[in-house]
Amino acid sequence: MNEKRKRKILDKEGIERTLKRIAHEIIEQNRGTKNLAIVGIRSRGAFLAERITARLREIEKAEIPVGTLDITLYRDDLTEIAEQPVFLATEINFDINGKKIILVDDVLFSGRTVRCALDALIDFGRPANIQLAVLIDRGHRELPIRPDYVGKNIPTAINEIVEVRIKEIDGVEEVIIFEAGQE
Amino acid sequence: MKETAAWTKKHLLGTEDLSKEEIQLLLDQAKGFKEVLERPIPKVPTLRGRTIVNFFCEPSTRTRTSFELAAKRLSADTVNIVAASSSFLKGETLKDTVRNIEAMKVDMVIIRHSCAGAALFLSRCVNASVINAGDGAHEHPTQALLDVFTIQEKIGNVKGLKVSIIGDIAHSRVARSNIWALTKLGANVTVCGPKTMMPVEIERLGVKVTYDIGEALRDADVLNVLRLQLERQKQPVFAGTREYIKCFGINKEKLKEHAKEDVLILHPGPVNRGVELSQDVADGKYSVILDQVTNGVAVRMAALFLLSMVKT
Repeated sequence: MNEKRKRKILDKEGIERTLKRIAHEIIEQNRGTKNLAIVGIRSRGAFLAERITARLREIEKAEIPVGTLDITLYRDDLTEIAEQPVFLATEINFDINGKKIILVDDVLFSGRTVRCALDALIDFGRPANIQLAVLIDRGHRELPIRPDYVGKNIPTAINEIVEVRIKEIDGVEEVIIFEAGQE
Repeated sequence: MKETAAWTKKHLLGTEDLSKEEIQLLLDQAKGFKEVLERPIPKVPTLRGRTIVNFFCEPSTRTRTSFELAAKRLSADTVNIVAASSSFLKGETLKDTVRNIEAMKVDMVIIRHSCAGAALFLSRCVNASVINAGDGAHEHPTQALLDVFTIQEKIGNVKGLKVSIIGDIAHSRVARSNIWALTKLGANVTVCGPKTMMPVEIERLGVKVTYDIGEALRDADVLNVLRLQLERQKQPVFAGTREYIKCFGINKEKLKEHAKEDVLILHPGPVNRGVELSQDVADGKYSVILDQVTNGVAVRMAALFLLSMVKT
């Protein structure tokens, strides 16, 4: 078997710095945080969204609404996935009409999750625009979707797996890449 | 991440054959669906392309509408087959109808029938998933699940709560489904009603029996007051409605005398106002009858969702 070891792409400090940079880019792009709202995709994207929001609040000293989106009910592969989906409530406790929404996820891969999230979001109202922020872009898009803010671009083979591990869920902070079946 | 039990059942026939974990999984999912129902567009595309048949051989407003709405909120297509209860007799005719249902290539059949075991029977003759929406005096699982969901929502953990089910226990599928669901989750269940409406050996289901309304009300956290099902009683089982009201009807006076001040009052509907519940209690502040109806759609969405995800 291929003995290629799994590689660590980002460590705790790396993730922290990257999220901070994304926060700055969001502010630059939007000339401040006016009318901005952050929405994270469950589950890891939701925690990353919280952290980006905290950075934005720190830098701009402004209140920015943040919400969490569960996209399970919008998936196009519900009958194909191996494990049974358990979905949790979406928590968007603000009016998204006219808002500039920063959609946050951990890894951008096929783009199908983002497609679900866009459908789900639009059922909540009509935002002014939706921008996409991801910690990792690993390529292999299957839909015409591109990110506006990228933490790190990682060229990957299709059989490789990229995992973002965060303390809230996994107890550690790292981004690793390994071949399928290797873990 | 929280580990949850996987749902493996293709049919939902009763709460008797559900495990505690399965009940809790369904209720947890229902929480998510309740949030969906509160959205500006309370609809998700999850069951697009699925066909669900509502097959009701007994009158129903709440349950049928609730199932139909639940299916529509999940973007499934629904078909209603409403049959007058009189034209459906046990056995052959049901089987005949089953052939029609099969021919329609449906994914799920929701059935209500006056015969106990009708849903089970159907589940053995069709490929579709079957949900029991009430079979005779046997079970009505989604009603019990929405009752438990409402209790959890209003009070919290069901474990250790004292729940009194009051009324015509013998004719009540709601009572049976409630007893199984509640006792599995650790509630202390008391049943109360006239002796003629109490099934023999009901204690074997793990409940306490009393014929004294005062005792049923005392220390109860929840009252689930059943409907007096006059249409099911083939012969009179009590002296008269007035006597029933006097002995078992829940009114302000009885509550004041015996019950806790913040007792939660459930009723599966439709209410015989002034009979099992007095007007002021039915509309009173601890009555959660309308919450039950709202929650019913969320609980049924959870049931449709979980059954649809089972691979066969």
